[in-house]
Amino acid sequence: MTIESALYIALAVLVLAVAAWTILARDDYAAIVGFVTYGLLLSLVWVSLSSLDIALTEAAIGGGVTGVLLLGAGARLRSAQESTGVERPGIAQRVSAAALCALISAGLALTVFLLPEPAPTLAPSAAANLAATGMGNPVSAVLLAYRALDTLLESAVLPLALIGVWSLASDRFWGGRPGLQHRADREDVLVFLAQLLPPFGALMGIYMVWIGTDHPGGKFQGGTILAAMWILTKMAGITDTPPISRRWLRIVLIAGPSVFLAIGLAGFAVPGTFLAYPAGFEKPIILIIEAAMTPSIAAALALLLAGPPERKPNG
Amino acid sequence: MNAATLFGVCSAALVGLGLYGLVIHPRPLRKILAFNLLGSGVFLLFGVVARRGAAAGMGGDPVPQALVITGIVVAFSATALAVALLLRLLHETGRTTLNADASKNPSNNRPRESANS
Repeated sequence: MTIESALYIALAVLVLAVAAWTILARDDYAAIVGFVTYGLLLSLVWVSLSSLDIALTEAAIGGGVTGVLLLGAGARLRSAQESTGVERPGIAQRVSAAALCALISAGLALTVFLLPEPAPTLAPSAAANLAATGMGNPVSAVLLAYRALDTLLESAVLPLALIGVWSLASDRFWGGRPGLQHRADREDVLVFLAQLLPPFGALMGIYMVWIGTDHPGGKFQGGTILAAMWILTKMAGITDTPPISRRWLRIVLIAGPSVFLAIGLAGFAVPGTFLAYPAGFEKPIILIIEAAMTPSIAAALALLLAGPPERKPNG
Repeated sequence: MNAATLFGVCSAALVGLGLYGLVIHPRPLRKILAFNLLGSGVFLLFGVVARRGAAAGMGGDPVPQALVITGIVVAFSATALAVALLLRLLHETGRTTLNADASKNPSNNRPRESANS
């Protein structure tokens, strides 16, 4: 057994142990911390599967932003949970659920061994057409050229989810500011970090979008970093979430999907199909889409995290 | 056993663990957590399929890889909506479980709303 495979086995065992902890821990807070750790470990698994783009997305969104979201929710639910208490399922129910879930796992594990050999792959055709897209990263080429329709629909999912979250606001707070206002002492280390990090974070986020066409990275990963920087300044009380009724905010949110859709529709005119890019202009058009989408993604992620409005617009 | 098969088995176990948590936990927050774990297991299985399709100098088939990236973002959107629904449930009823007759009687419904108006 080589060192490499020993490391892989150790990683797999660690991932499963942390996942089991996340499910079995009695305390919600411990489970959520376990989930964040799990997200970071899982991004290492993605690296060992040579999927750097997914590793970045998993670390940023799967572990990072989802973790912050769940920690915030856990803190709010904690006090209510203690007063109500919960009924736990009986031992027979737990054993039978465990047995059935183990059966499903065994079935899935079996299919892993029965996967066709040689594995079907679209990698050669992706490589053959890569030059035509002007990009060097095949995953970005799939996201923005070969399967741009998926990405267009996905970019519509973020505003839709945000409309869903906002519609859960109480009537009297409609159009107001999401979440609670954070206040921190001027001498707090969080305030210091919130003043120090954003320029570097913004630079890193924009760089990640820029290199995404040729290297691992892209608008989702870069957008998440930008969102994280905004959230950091909000948590330190330096900035506040704008009221959701602000027109500029809504324009930022829909600018990306609108530009993407407009370019898709323009495809009917020049090459003749929806979302087809005119020959020779693929790279600039893709960069325009990326540039328009990044602020929309960053704003949508940060606002999804902030939740429905809970304060009056002027409060 | 190579890395793809190893993590394939790992992903199968993650799906089972997530499903168990989804079935067994009475509290919605833990169900959301378990559902995310279940989802990441499915993504990982798909990632293993991508890895097995490594060809043409690429570390894996880029098509499933791109779909997993899309999936992670959509999963986050759904989680944010689920958390917002849960907090709204708490705000409206003061309950943190889905079981309507667990701890409160019907006359206790909407306590916060009546206090606010």
